[in-house]
Amino acid sequence: MNRATSSLPPPAGGHWALHLGLLAVAVVFPLVFPSPFMVNFGVLALFYAFIGQSWNIAGGFAGQLSFGHVVFFGAGAYASTILQLRFGFSPWLGLPASAVAGAVVGLVIGFLSFRAGLKGSYFALITLAFAEVLRIVANSVEITGGGLGMLIPAKAGAANFQFAERIGFYYLILALTAGSVAIAVWLKRSRFGAQLAAIRENEDAARALGIDVFTEKLKVMMLSGAICGIGGCFFAQYFLYIDPVIAFGVDKSVEMLLVSMIGGAGTVYGPLIGAVLLAAISDTARVLTNVQGLSLVLYGGLLVVIIAFLPNGLIDLFSRIGKRKRSKAGKEGA
Amino acid sequence: MDSTILLAAAINGLLIGGIYTLVASGLTLIYGVLHIINFAHGSMLMLGMFGVYFLLMQWGVDPYLSLFIMVPAMFALGYVLYRGLIGRFSSGKDENILLITLGLSIIVENIALMIFKGDTRTITVSYSDHMVEAGPLLLSTPKIISFVAAMVLCALLGLFIQRTDTGRAIRAVAKERLGARLVGIDVDRVFAVSYGIGLATLGAAACLLMPIFYVSPTTGHVFVIVAFTVVVLGGMGSFLGAVVGGLIVGLTESFGGLFLGESLGQIGISLIFILILLFRPQGLFGSGR
Amino acid sequence: MLEVQGLTKVFGGLKAVDNASLEVGEGRIVALIGPNGAGKTTLFACIAGFLPVNAGQVRLLGQDITGLPVHQIARRGMVRTFQITQPFAKLSVHENIAVGAYQCHPDRREAWAHAERVAQQVGMGGMLDQPAADLTVAGRKRLELARTLAIGPKLLLLDEVMAGLNPSEIVEIVEIIQRIRAGGVTVLLIEHVMQAVMSLSEYIYVLSYGKIIASGAPREVVNDPAVIEAYLGRGAAAQMAPPTSGQAQEAAHA
Repeated sequence: MNRATSSLPPPAGGHWALHLGLLAVAVVFPLVFPSPFMVNFGVLALFYAFIGQSWNIAGGFAGQLSFGHVVFFGAGAYASTILQLRFGFSPWLGLPASAVAGAVVGLVIGFLSFRAGLKGSYFALITLAFAEVLRIVANSVEITGGGLGMLIPAKAGAANFQFAERIGFYYLILALTAGSVAIAVWLKRSRFGAQLAAIRENEDAARALGIDVFTEKLKVMMLSGAICGIGGCFFAQYFLYIDPVIAFGVDKSVEMLLVSMIGGAGTVYGPLIGAVLLAAISDTARVLTNVQGLSLVLYGGLLVVIIAFLPNGLIDLFSRIGKRKRSKAGKEGA
Repeated sequence: MDSTILLAAAINGLLIGGIYTLVASGLTLIYGVLHIINFAHGSMLMLGMFGVYFLLMQWGVDPYLSLFIMVPAMFALGYVLYRGLIGRFSSGKDENILLITLGLSIIVENIALMIFKGDTRTITVSYSDHMVEAGPLLLSTPKIISFVAAMVLCALLGLFIQRTDTGRAIRAVAKERLGARLVGIDVDRVFAVSYGIGLATLGAAACLLMPIFYVSPTTGHVFVIVAFTVVVLGGMGSFLGAVVGGLIVGLTESFGGLFLGESLGQIGISLIFILILLFRPQGLFGSGR
Repeated sequence: MLEVQGLTKVFGGLKAVDNASLEVGEGRIVALIGPNGAGKTTLFACIAGFLPVNAGQVRLLGQDITGLPVHQIARRGMVRTFQITQPFAKLSVHENIAVGAYQCHPDRREAWAHAERVAQQVGMGGMLDQPAADLTVAGRKRLELARTLAIGPKLLLLDEVMAGLNPSEIVEIVEIIQRIRAGGVTVLLIEHVMQAVMSLSEYIYVLSYGKIIASGAPREVVNDPAVIEAYLGRGAAAQMAPPTSGQAQEAAHA
């Protein structure tokens, strides 16, 4: 097949028209559907897309699957809340603080695990253990409020990082999610991202090509941790309450992993697709039956189905449709 | 600290450790033979425990007698699960199996959540509060019965693996898959049987745990960490390791609770897990990876 | 370019490499041959930093690189290929080569263009968009070669790059390697395919049971009784007569 010799790298991660289009849809969404239910749906979908993207960066792009990613979320949530409630700092300071907290935890866990050469399933399990350790610590020390958790007093007003109208939170999480998408696109087009892909595919070969695998993996854990930490800060401000189970419990780890794997790990929009689906299933299940756990049963089943039949995630469906369209056009044009 | 308290903690730790050994032996068997990390182990145990609860509440079956029902039932479940689901992926990437078993555990846990809601359940039988005097100590009778039963079952499992034909086939497949196939062993059947045995041990452990513990849909999480710690500490695939590991983990939990208090005490197990993975991932008795 | 002195590698009680020394001059093509299990790949792995050595020294361009991490050795200009190819399976051929190109070309456009040039050098210009997992054995070998070339190495360690290739593919790869050398790259290769060894190398080292038992110009080595004894029973002595290209094809087709 003759290949155009333009030799320019392809627009990996999607065409800018796609990004702008999706952004426009997201911006307009709460204006078209202003009911509290829909805005909340939007916030949750974007929130899961955001933290899902953080998992995706480490797990999908760099191949470092973790089962305990909540550890970064909780670190960020507690960091920003403690700063606010125990030290009186402005809640907006929580955003950079939570990013730093997440990055530091990423550095520590990454350093220990990678120096010990942990990969694959062992790495996944040790992250689970780290999350559990932090959960127990958060449950036992005073500064975190122990098992009772921390309640953020409701004081509406943008200065307090609390919006009277939910829509404020919506646009904030939209901005954060757009930022995470931008980072994912950057990864697709950068040297760093190419090296991460190499590491994901074959560490030894990557090393033999001059890539400092250890350092690059550390960097990605810190990046992923920072993003996830910010998610923790946002969550705390949105729900005004965190406790050790919410902050370090297994549920968020599972959800982050699910939205990425089901949507499409290693792709830019995979987590968003997975998150929209998760939020939709969750809200629908709650409205229809009010039975706790139903949505996750469906979601768990979806995970198994995806791994079995569509291991690249739902986003594969889109690319297959795209390929069919292109080959049709090719046949007609020939 | 009073030596009686220390002694009590040690004994209690060993008693519960025996059951951890039983739980871990299934996990280590599954790993040793199929080379898969069965993330569904915790939620399957939870399922078993609800089964025991149900048998008692609906039909008044004593939990220890439930052994005769739960063990074969869980074995059958494991066999079918392997044939129907897990077997299709056992030749794929390591991580795929981990994710499949994760998916399975999510499904099982949330079905339990749907049916039983989030409450914890305990069972009470006539001998629940029975105590035995042993010198200065008062020991709970069900704990002792469960410990003895667990040790007996482990021994039976060990004998089964060593002496029976199926056991030999299992060992052959664990050691050398291709070779076993070449000498005519139905490897897929061995896999299914092994997974079945793995879940059967959970069925047994469920019967032994219900008199002394509680169950809720999230109980699985607790046991995942415990089971994995025992297996990693003892060495993946090592039966002796599961025994030693189980007792050590039981002791750790007991002394952790004693010295660090109820909340912080649980940290010991996770710390052991982390330290072993970082510094001696093959565990005490495992072969190098 | 490369000096290895007294390298020893012990596994358990076994000396896989025993006091091996060799030298590769700049711009040369040197071959390392020996019967199966002689320790050739182990020696490569030690030289390139994949295995820690028990004794000995490795010097690249006069600098001691013994024990340096693999990626640093690669950045200093010594790169190896793997006996069992290690492609980045889910990436395309172009993306695979680009990973190597990125080492010296941080900019994406430059790396991409450089990767394409290298691909054409090894004859893969038409396969750039193929996923690496779809390649044949020959394709993977070429990809491995292209990837390492894209870094701009000074010294290339090729580990049995001909294994699994048919005669015409072998001839092609031989030509590619000669062109690579002409471009200024030094080559040290492990090979079993004797026609390639004879037509490519200017100097040969023979490894047997971890020891270097002979070295010299191809003709000398081939007639060395110690070498023939090491290969005893493989019938390789008959293959070792230096072929003309016509003879080589005939022999290969026999």
